[in-house]
Amino acid sequence: MPSPRRSRRLLAALPGAVLLGALASALLGAAPALAASPSPTPVPTSGTQSVVEATASCAVNDTTACVRGALHDDNGNPVKGVTIQLTPPSGTAVPTRTDANGSYVYTVKKAGAYRLALVPASLPKGIKAAAPSRTVQVSLGQLTPGAFALTGTFSGSKSTAGPTVTPLTMLWDQISNGLLLGLLLALASIGLSLIYGTTGLSNFAHGEQVTLGGILAWTFGTVLQWNFLVACIVTVLVCGLSGYVQDRLIWGPLRRRGLGLTQLMVVTIGLSLALSYVFQYFAGAGVHALTPTIQLTGGPLDLTANAYLAMLISIVVLVAVGLALQRTRIGRATRAVSDNRALAAASGIDVDRIIRLVWTVSMALAGLAGILYGLVYGGVNWATGQAILLLMFAATTLGGLGTAFGALVGSIVIGLVVQVSSLFLSGDLRYATALLILILVLLFRPQGILGRRERVG
Amino acid sequence: MDFLTSLLTDFGQQILSSVTAAFAIAVIGLNLHFGYTGLVNIGQAGFMLIGGYGLAITVELGGGFFLGVAVGLVAAVLFALILGLPTLKLRGDYLAIVTIAAAEIIRIVGDNQSLSQWTGGAAGIPGRVYQGAFTALSPFPDQQLQIGPYNYPLTSGDSWFLRIVCWVVLAIVVLLVWLLMRSPWGRTVKGIREDEDAMRSLGKNVYLVKLQSLVLGGVIGAAGGMLYVLSSSVQADSLGRTTTFLLYTCLLLGGAATVFGPVLGSVLYFIVIIGLNDVVSQFVPKQIMNEQQIPQFGWIVVGIGLMLLVIFRPQGILGNKKELSFGD
Repeated sequence: MPSPRRSRRLLAALPGAVLLGALASALLGAAPALAASPSPTPVPTSGTQSVVEATASCAVNDTTACVRGALHDDNGNPVKGVTIQLTPPSGTAVPTRTDANGSYVYTVKKAGAYRLALVPASLPKGIKAAAPSRTVQVSLGQLTPGAFALTGTFSGSKSTAGPTVTPLTMLWDQISNGLLLGLLLALASIGLSLIYGTTGLSNFAHGEQVTLGGILAWTFGTVLQWNFLVACIVTVLVCGLSGYVQDRLIWGPLRRRGLGLTQLMVVTIGLSLALSYVFQYFAGAGVHALTPTIQLTGGPLDLTANAYLAMLISIVVLVAVGLALQRTRIGRATRAVSDNRALAAASGIDVDRIIRLVWTVSMALAGLAGILYGLVYGGVNWATGQAILLLMFAATTLGGLGTAFGALVGSIVIGLVVQVSSLFLSGDLRYATALLILILVLLFRPQGILGRRERVG
Repeated sequence: MDFLTSLLTDFGQQILSSVTAAFAIAVIGLNLHFGYTGLVNIGQAGFMLIGGYGLAITVELGGGFFLGVAVGLVAAVLFALILGLPTLKLRGDYLAIVTIAAAEIIRIVGDNQSLSQWTGGAAGIPGRVYQGAFTALSPFPDQQLQIGPYNYPLTSGDSWFLRIVCWVVLAIVVLLVWLLMRSPWGRTVKGIREDEDAMRSLGKNVYLVKLQSLVLGGVIGAAGGMLYVLSSSVQADSLGRTTTFLLYTCLLLGGAATVFGPVLGSVLYFIVIIGLNDVVSQFVPKQIMNEQQIPQFGWIVVGIGLMLLVIFRPQGILGNKKELSFGD
């Protein structure tokens, strides 16, 4: 635990920074939506013909057909001012030019085989068309797509609003993904850190508690068809109860028997193994989608909305836990036990009760993280938790083992590292980056970002 | 009666198999770390994987079998040094987290498609790529041999030759550990486990001895990994975290800090799993437990068994309670 004053400042600063980040990513996420549905502007054409006409827009009906296309360069930017020609089966070519959105529209009144061509000379420098002309079959009452595959970029082409894929937007995408993952990790790993702080135990079964949350929410919400909100609340309560029962039946008695920390750690490994296969035994090996039967925002939630909801819930819960740790009697007692167990016991704190509470709350938080994880990443399976267990360890170690705020900071950093490194590394290698960071932290700053030096042996 | 005969036959088959011996060897390496020195290495499967990759890739690229073995062992030494140098000065649980993280990095990198030209990606390196170099060393003719109910080829594939080599290597490693633990080095190692500060005050270089133990145990683990892959394929996911947990179960079952404990533990583990499989598939109706669920049930038994062992009989079958690897 950092000193109270320092922590309070951190407490004030962290949620603010996190909220800002979340807001930034929310705006980024919303930007493409604003720029969507481009409306073609009128394009001046020379002369009119009755069969083919270059128009501003085109509505398909029984007597008309549309030929429509849009040109984009490799950056995804619209290419404007390119001359397109549509030649009817009998007649002369009708030219038009692509507008600011790179699109063009022809309204066609007669079915047949038309020749659709792009004038290569009109392309901006740096862009080539693979096949500048082709024959398209136009039938009335139908829309004929008339896109051309272009390669290259024109000078001045850069990432603008719209569904563009440039390194910068990819980076921002991954940063917002990273914040999301970080917040979920923080929710899951604050319990890991609290347990480590109060008991010294590295709980290898913590990942299974995350899985438990997801699996229970799936059981209640999807299999038993409960109201999803009720299912979530019951899940969190059951997960908390599982923590209470665990401490009552396993960890409490073992503490009193004076089992060493290494022994306890191996017990958690056994528990993790048993639990993960219990999940597989009863729920199977597949991925179980969490399908909310009620929508929390009224309309159907898409993944992004789920993600922002999950981030919001994480932030609220994390702030609540942080405030509870700083401001309440029990929170202070918890930090006292973390700091010095014997001293805390001597000053009249019921250490066992505090530890039992820590187990209960930690498991409830892990369960909540499991639900949110399942909502955001499309579902849970029996190995969901164990897949992120080492990320949680990395996060808590990075932040400083045993410090709650450290776990938050460490989680955000690990989340960002994992998601941003997926820009350069394929597949699961992004997890390897996080683990590499874990090892490097232990090498150069084993007490973590916020940890105290004397914690290290 | 028929069931009993087939059960006993299955037991014998599993005990003879190269996988049992390979596991026992890896457990001996872990025993050196955890049982004798008190180092919590949760990445032993990573050492096995490194051994397997070292052998398979070297043979694949045209090096001989013995060069492959050497590459695997040297790679394990380097891996142990990388893990040990920064962490052995820190508290024990730091080593635990670093070893599990490093083993996971090896697994992830091995799994990754971008290196598949050497590692085969997630599909792994099939056994036929490197088995040839091993079977070429066999002095036996290439034919089937039946001893009792067991019928295996003498030379190729999952052969008698492989079984003999595995058990001979196991015997050598057991002998090596037995001799080491009678030596002054062995006493130093056990002393470190009991009281690091006391050993330091006796003038021992605790850090160096721990590092030696980590390297030696890791090299033994890599040897186990090579023998393990010789009968199957080098596949990263088959040597993941759960394998390490399994090794711990074998170790604690047989008895940590004993010479024969790892061997007994490994053999017993496989007997329990085979027995469970045979008994359940014979007597438990399919509606209660289907074929997919039997191995899962086995893993649940392993997990709970590991917990119960640590809580109620941490010394295992052969161990001495006074000589517990658990320091505090």
